[in-house]
Amino acid sequence: MSFAWAKQYEPQSAFTKWLDEKLPLPRLVYNAVGAGYPVPRNLNYMWNFGVLAGFFLVVQIVTGVVLAMHYAANGLVAFATVEHIMRDVNYGWMLRYAHANGASFFFIVIYMHIFRGFFYSSYKAPREMIWLLGVVIFLLMMATAFMGYVLPWGQMSYWGAQVITGLFSAIPLVGEPLQVWLLGGFAPDNAALNRFFSLHFLLPFVIAGVVILHIWALHIPGSSNPTGVEVKQESDTVPFHPYYTAKDGFGLGVVLILFTTMIFFLPNALGHPDNYIEANPLSTPAHIVPEWYFWPFYAILRAFTGDLTIPFTGIILVQAKLLGVIAMFGSILIWFILPWLDKSPVRSGHYRPLFRKFFWFGLIPAMAVLFYCGGAPAEQPYVVISQIATAYYFLHFLVILPIISQIEVPKPLPFSITEAVLGKDTAPEAPRTGSVDGGDAGTATDGALQPAE
Amino acid sequence: MATETAATTETFAEDGVRRRDWIHIAALGTAGVGAASVLFPLISQMSPSADVLAASSTEVDVSAIAAGQAIKASFRKQPLFIRRLTPDEIKQANEVDPSTLRDPQTLAERTKEGHEDLLVTMGVCTHLGCVPLGAAEGENRGDFGGYFCPCHGSHYDTAARIRKGPAPKNLHVPDYEFKSDAVIRVG
Repeated sequence: MSFAWAKQYEPQSAFTKWLDEKLPLPRLVYNAVGAGYPVPRNLNYMWNFGVLAGFFLVVQIVTGVVLAMHYAANGLVAFATVEHIMRDVNYGWMLRYAHANGASFFFIVIYMHIFRGFFYSSYKAPREMIWLLGVVIFLLMMATAFMGYVLPWGQMSYWGAQVITGLFSAIPLVGEPLQVWLLGGFAPDNAALNRFFSLHFLLPFVIAGVVILHIWALHIPGSSNPTGVEVKQESDTVPFHPYYTAKDGFGLGVVLILFTTMIFFLPNALGHPDNYIEANPLSTPAHIVPEWYFWPFYAILRAFTGDLTIPFTGIILVQAKLLGVIAMFGSILIWFILPWLDKSPVRSGHYRPLFRKFFWFGLIPAMAVLFYCGGAPAEQPYVVISQIATAYYFLHFLVILPIISQIEVPKPLPFSITEAVLGKDTAPEAPRTGSVDGGDAGTATDGALQPAE
Repeated sequence: MATETAATTETFAEDGVRRRDWIHIAALGTAGVGAASVLFPLISQMSPSADVLAASSTEVDVSAIAAGQAIKASFRKQPLFIRRLTPDEIKQANEVDPSTLRDPQTLAERTKEGHEDLLVTMGVCTHLGCVPLGAAEGENRGDFGGYFCPCHGSHYDTAARIRKGPAPKNLHVPDYEFKSDAVIRVG
């Protein structure tokens, strides 16, 4: 899986030659993230976040496994074992703060990664499968993060579990039995805590599995790039190692500075004080909010305050509660059809003047507003503001994006990545059509230069 | 197909059905039934266990609750609100035309005969399950003088019926009976 000019792995020592015949693992690594993977030469720092997300998955698994050595998933002692980790276990405070802030950083880098995908249309053919797997990873991350947040068994843990499993009770007919089945009781209790612990331990490994599929799917067409023009020739690429291992290494250093600053100086800045109060099934905190990374979706949930009725008859078609739940899940599930909603053959936002306006002045402000409103109390004016932003969010994907891709006149694309970087491309053989590259979904526009299997 | 020998091809009947198809269907069918029957316990184990179900009835002494007062008890590990309504609150509840309500019910339908002043409901908001305020002294009782859920702003009236906000249903009245005039058994 690489371009024809990719360097081939050549084992040097007798041992690596022996190993290459029996289990070509070093060859796999060489071709995946080594010198054997040619990558467009013009990637900017927005292309760092995939590697960073992988790094934080590892951080979460390592710190999580060691925390599990000291934690007990029982409603009677769970809160106390977390305090035990904080006070008694050697470096327990550091490991727990790394795990809690690691979750936030995982979401930060994933949101940057998704943002990159939106702006540069990384979801377009031939990379739809990478995008779809990415959305699956994001959904798994949300489930994992939610269940992890329940484990300390504080007030926010408990009431978060109550509210989020309560979402399922909105489903007609099967909703309430489904909630009882999910919780293993009529309210969150030992049964729920224990199964959340089990699944919270399992899901990161499922995520790791889907990440492998995500990278596998990436290596078939190869990485996209900021121009959105496909790789045509060897001068368009550089080997992943050492060029992008170095660039990603620099980005990792910057992120680690921020991460350690949070752990050591602001460890609870992103948390809620209420979660240091032990779970109390008889008292709800005055202001239940999820962790910051769920705020935009929580705002969409709360934006639906009225039932969907047939006008003037009073017949309720869909209750407000169910509408909110459908919209909240729909706001992410809509990403699954994004590759087919945005039909523009041009990928990069840099060459799409109309798309760029709606992206910067429509989608991004709408998401920022939803983010802010999701963390605010459920009162006016936040409810009306989140209703407007929710309406725009769905309009953007379902109406604006398809229309833009029909009417927009894109700017001329560079002939090749080399031309975009150097200002000229002296490639002798290719005809200079200057046409839009990588057009219709699923068709190879320049078959001769597709990566060879 | 090209590699099939004469011996295997001759087992084809005129209509293309082979005798061997039957054993394929039987084998896969048996394996499918086996897999499904293993799936059942895996799904069923998630449901409430016997001890959780066994702890699902509660007896409460309601004799000490004065008119206008409410207590919080616990039923199935969830809060239970028991309120002794004042004559004024009963009057307010009965003044409302039930057909105008989101979840139409009269106060009489939500209480037991002979004990119309005792309102027993779950303390679980029907929106997303928070505990409404109003059972304890001095708490916000909302715009309709009953209960108020602070999470997403649902207002319940003196009969704990939903009047305003996102909750779809009235506060749930669990099954209960009077064991004597003083004691109720819930569940």
